[in-house]
Amino acid sequence: MIRAIPTMLRIGFAEAVAYRAEMVVWVLSYTMPLVMLALWSAVAADGPVQGYGQADFAAYFVTALVVRMMVAAWVVWELNFEIKQGRLAARLLRPMHPLLHFATMNLAALPMRTAFAIPVVVIGFALGGADLVTHDPVQWLLVVVLLFLAWVMTFLVQALVGTLAFFWESSLALFDLYMTAYVVCSGYVMPLDLVPEPFASVIDVLPFRYQLSVPIEAILGRITVAETLQAVGVQLAWVAGLFLVVMLTWRAGVRRFAAFGG
Amino acid sequence: MTRVGRYLRLLGVQVRMSLLTTLQYRADFWIECGLTVFWIAATLVPLIVLFELRDTVAGWRWPEALLVVGFFTVLKSVLGGAIQPSLDAVVQHVRNGTLDFILLKPADAQFLVSTAKFSPARVADLVAGLGMLVYAMHIGDIRPSVGGVLAALLLLAGAVGILYSIWILVVSLSFLVVKVDNLTFLFSSIYDAARWPGSIFRGVAAVLLTFVVPLTVMTTYPALALRDVLTAREAATAVFVTAMFIAGGRWVWMRSIGRYTSAGG
Repeated sequence: MIRAIPTMLRIGFAEAVAYRAEMVVWVLSYTMPLVMLALWSAVAADGPVQGYGQADFAAYFVTALVVRMMVAAWVVWELNFEIKQGRLAARLLRPMHPLLHFATMNLAALPMRTAFAIPVVVIGFALGGADLVTHDPVQWLLVVVLLFLAWVMTFLVQALVGTLAFFWESSLALFDLYMTAYVVCSGYVMPLDLVPEPFASVIDVLPFRYQLSVPIEAILGRITVAETLQAVGVQLAWVAGLFLVVMLTWRAGVRRFAAFGG
Repeated sequence: MTRVGRYLRLLGVQVRMSLLTTLQYRADFWIECGLTVFWIAATLVPLIVLFELRDTVAGWRWPEALLVVGFFTVLKSVLGGAIQPSLDAVVQHVRNGTLDFILLKPADAQFLVSTAKFSPARVADLVAGLGMLVYAMHIGDIRPSVGGVLAALLLLAGAVGILYSIWILVVSLSFLVVKVDNLTFLFSSIYDAARWPGSIFRGVAAVLLTFVVPLTVMTTYPALALRDVLTAREAATAVFVTAMFIAGGRWVWMRSIGRYTSAGG
């Protein structure tokens, strides 16, 4: 089964190259950081906000755009579609676990999708962004780990909501709920440093910031190596917990699915 | 029976179908209404954070910005209640190749797909949005004139027209690119920017948000009208943009439906 993974990755990459138009649509839906950048720049025009000047906001939101693309998953729509249409049956016959299959296809498509962010990064660097990112090689190594775990978290949450389609007709409403919370609590619309109490302590215990704002802060050198390591630990805990829940729901769901006669 | 009468009856039938579906899934209805509360909170948090840090942003005070969020929420209810469900349905039809059956029916295809599905739970959004408008006018001591209210209502109607036209454009796009599960996601994520007063944006962003994705026209202008500060130039822009979008939407639909080749080839 492990031997199949490189081939699956190749197929996933080829598919990503084939569906370019779909990808443009996808990229356009990730432009919110640019809107937020315009907004916060306007706010910071009268002076820095909590230590964030216009350049800091620019660095933050450009990084947010790139990180968001790099840790993206879309398995919730795929699962929802396949479960409702009964197409999952064909996947269940394959020797590879469907979720692992989705995961490899998803990972393989990421380089192509992230390629759209390259111009943004180049422009950002040309405008002096290079001074605003961390220069610590250890930190960069940790960033890679952070990004990967952030992706795994995102994938598992989506897989969980997708799996709920076995039980519940409108499970996608739950995903809307999740996205709503994610947008506010992950640092997608504002750097979390700006958030006052009592919101800040609520956000701290939620998983969302480990999916986005922590990698951003690590890249920008806003958190120390020790803090980054601690964040990796928290991510691992979330991944372990989510994995367990996904597996349990999946098993219960597939049993139900079989009962459908699909 | 006249043409208009026939279509009104058809609309009644489609709405009744959606209502019946909702009655079947009552738990979902109440969950969705509950989600509205949560969603409103999530919309307001960034705004509250912003106005904790600053008293005015680009000349907007908190109650005034809240007016924009109010219009944003009202439009969101139209989007989620009447537009998005049908969009999902069409994308599904295109994917499965069943759009052919709709095209064969003896009624205007655009009308049929546009009214395919409604989501009555979104009335909760509408109530919340109107509540925000009233509350904002109350705390901001904004007393709109009759003309202002009329202008705001007209602009709101225009905004619904623009939303609908963008919807038609997205559906037309789904004929070209079949694998578009995330079209609705695109739609709602771009619309999200409409919650901020348009005049915050400068330069290229301001032009884009007025003419290309006219979010400013949709939510900021009605708020300006309620405050009686809408200029003649802005009003003219709104009329122009709305007319362009409605005409453009229909034109693109007619063209793309003409070129549509079903999934079967």
